[in-house]
Amino acid sequence: MSILVDDKTRVVVQGITGSEGTFHSKKMIEYGTKIVAGVTPGKGGQVHEGVPVFNTVEEAVRETDADTSAIFVPPPFAADAIMEAADAGIKLIVCISEGIPTLDMVKAITFIQGKDVRLIGPNCPGIITPGKCKIGIMPGLIHEPGKIGVISRSGTLTYEAVDQLTKEGLGESTCIGLGGDPIIGTRFVDALRLFKDDPQTEGVVMIGEIGGSDEEKAAEYIKNEFNKPVVAFIAGRTAPPGKRMGHAGAIIAGGKGTAKEKIETLRSCGVTVAESPAEIGKTMKKVLKQ
Amino acid sequence: MKIHEYQAKELLRKFGIPIPEGEVVENPSDAAEAAGKIGKKVVVKAQIHAGGRGKGGGIKLADSKEDAEMRASEIIGMNLVTHQTGPEGKLVRKVLIEEALQVDKELYLGMVIDRENSRVAVIASQEGGMEIEVVAAESPEKIIRVSVDPRVGMQPFQARKIAFGLNLPKKLMREGTRFILNLYKLFINLDASLAEINPLVITKDERLLAADAKINFDDNSLYRHEDILQLRDVNEEEPTEVKASEHKLSYVKLDGNVGCMVNGAGLAMATMDIIKLHGSMPANFLDVGGAASSERVEQAFRILMSDENVKAVLINIFGGIVRCDRVANGVVEAAKRLDIRVPIVVRLAGTNSEIAAEILKNSGLTFTVAKDLDDAAKKAVEAVK
Repeated sequence: MSILVDDKTRVVVQGITGSEGTFHSKKMIEYGTKIVAGVTPGKGGQVHEGVPVFNTVEEAVRETDADTSAIFVPPPFAADAIMEAADAGIKLIVCISEGIPTLDMVKAITFIQGKDVRLIGPNCPGIITPGKCKIGIMPGLIHEPGKIGVISRSGTLTYEAVDQLTKEGLGESTCIGLGGDPIIGTRFVDALRLFKDDPQTEGVVMIGEIGGSDEEKAAEYIKNEFNKPVVAFIAGRTAPPGKRMGHAGAIIAGGKGTAKEKIETLRSCGVTVAESPAEIGKTMKKVLKQ
Repeated sequence: MKIHEYQAKELLRKFGIPIPEGEVVENPSDAAEAAGKIGKKVVVKAQIHAGGRGKGGGIKLADSKEDAEMRASEIIGMNLVTHQTGPEGKLVRKVLIEEALQVDKELYLGMVIDRENSRVAVIASQEGGMEIEVVAAESPEKIIRVSVDPRVGMQPFQARKIAFGLNLPKKLMREGTRFILNLYKLFINLDASLAEINPLVITKDERLLAADAKINFDDNSLYRHEDILQLRDVNEEEPTEVKASEHKLSYVKLDGNVGCMVNGAGLAMATMDIIKLHGSMPANFLDVGGAASSERVEQAFRILMSDENVKAVLINIFGGIVRCDRVANGVVEAAKRLDIRVPIVVRLAGTNSEIAAEILKNSGLTFTVAKDLDDAAKKAVEAVK
């Protein structure tokens, strides 16, 4: 079954004519994703990589029934792109762009609240339901349709985990990249809720990192309401306090948001936390056998 | 991005927020002159990007021009160690000469991005002069909180809630609410990530002033604030990190001896973690990002190797878009050009990883090729022993 995206998903790519948009649209189409439209203001009427381009998301939705948007727009304009998509009736927005000003995201999140839309990202690799639909920049080849839901704040660390899960023969139902920013549209708890009711998902891998308290909130939710096995890995045990470790959201601030705290909280709520990033797949396999 | 107290106070002034009279100087004789201009007792405050300056001996009272000159000569050029600088401390280059305040009350006022609720949060407390995290932990009931709706901005009723919560004297209520609203305006207009007034002081002669000010800016927004970028003080940053940022590489210097080069921040942190798991410590965090071309790899190597502690390098690349054979070529070229003498352990996974392994094997250089992440960490740790 999987969650959020499948072979019926109709995608509009915002920023399709840019270099990132072009490159990744080609890859998504190769994977089998149904890209039905592109939007670049001023280039409406063109056909780009076989995809009709429109000036606005509203027009794209009207003409093609697109329901999902992939945003590959430069950071100064990306929050605006999110709001445009939400306003146009898009149901799922996947924002790949990294570097969006924080206060722009505060605005965008507020704007979309109360609308019938989910935002994934920004600063994320995207979302993939292996074999059915890929929205984002992840390498399709390492994924295999299967039984593990993956929720991660990271990009390449997610690929590492996915590769392990595939090699263990478990495969993935859907992988969601939440993104590395402090202000994001979907958090661990939101994704867990979706996996809870998905019959294809038998277990969940959570990949967290330092900064914020989303992992702790997830732990609470797992303890009280989530019955499927969860294996977590939290990156940044060796990160020093007060320093931004690449991701805008990966920072231990005021003593809060350490990996140690997250790991302890998760363990106390029944989550198996892998000690090593090299053992995520192995650990999930073991936990499923129990 | 961080700035100094004197720069923060100048910004406060621009936004109509009251600050003590003061002037920043770089040498003791200018300190005397500044003190003379102020004409009363002054405080000499070291300007560094860290807190705890008072306890570290970086803030001193002076009751005359001559005294100010003496204190300034003690503080300028000192290596100030505080609980926030680390044991190596920071060199003090400037001091702020400021009117010494007759303090009646010390309060706390701060604005910060509340990541949980995706809002700007305003926090205040009557426990000024203390670390807010301590107050939050020990007496959370003493903290007044307001969450601002970005669609309408901070409203007067919210500023009043804070002002009444701070128990401001009646005379200062209007000024207090204006202070708070102006600070919010500054926060929004300049894309701050933190604006902290600690302490917010009520003086004995009933003035309301920002006795200290700490303002941090959102790195993602600096592109639209050229004037704020001008305030950057690279002397307060780690030199290798400054160099890395010039090349748009994400780098943080650490204390260990295994240098890391990884694509992706999460994987880079995980690589640091697994090195520790196997018994060594990472020398750095380095995310080469999605474009691992040979120039980038070479720049990354240069920055890594400028750290003398590095006794081995671990390159961990999971190639999705990034093609491993391209990275391998970059690594070989860089290693040859830079004549790297420490062991290099390479783990390349993903797109074209087998071709990459061949390139490394046939390069004529000695690379240790790892078969997976665990193997890579083990080999890197072996290499430094």
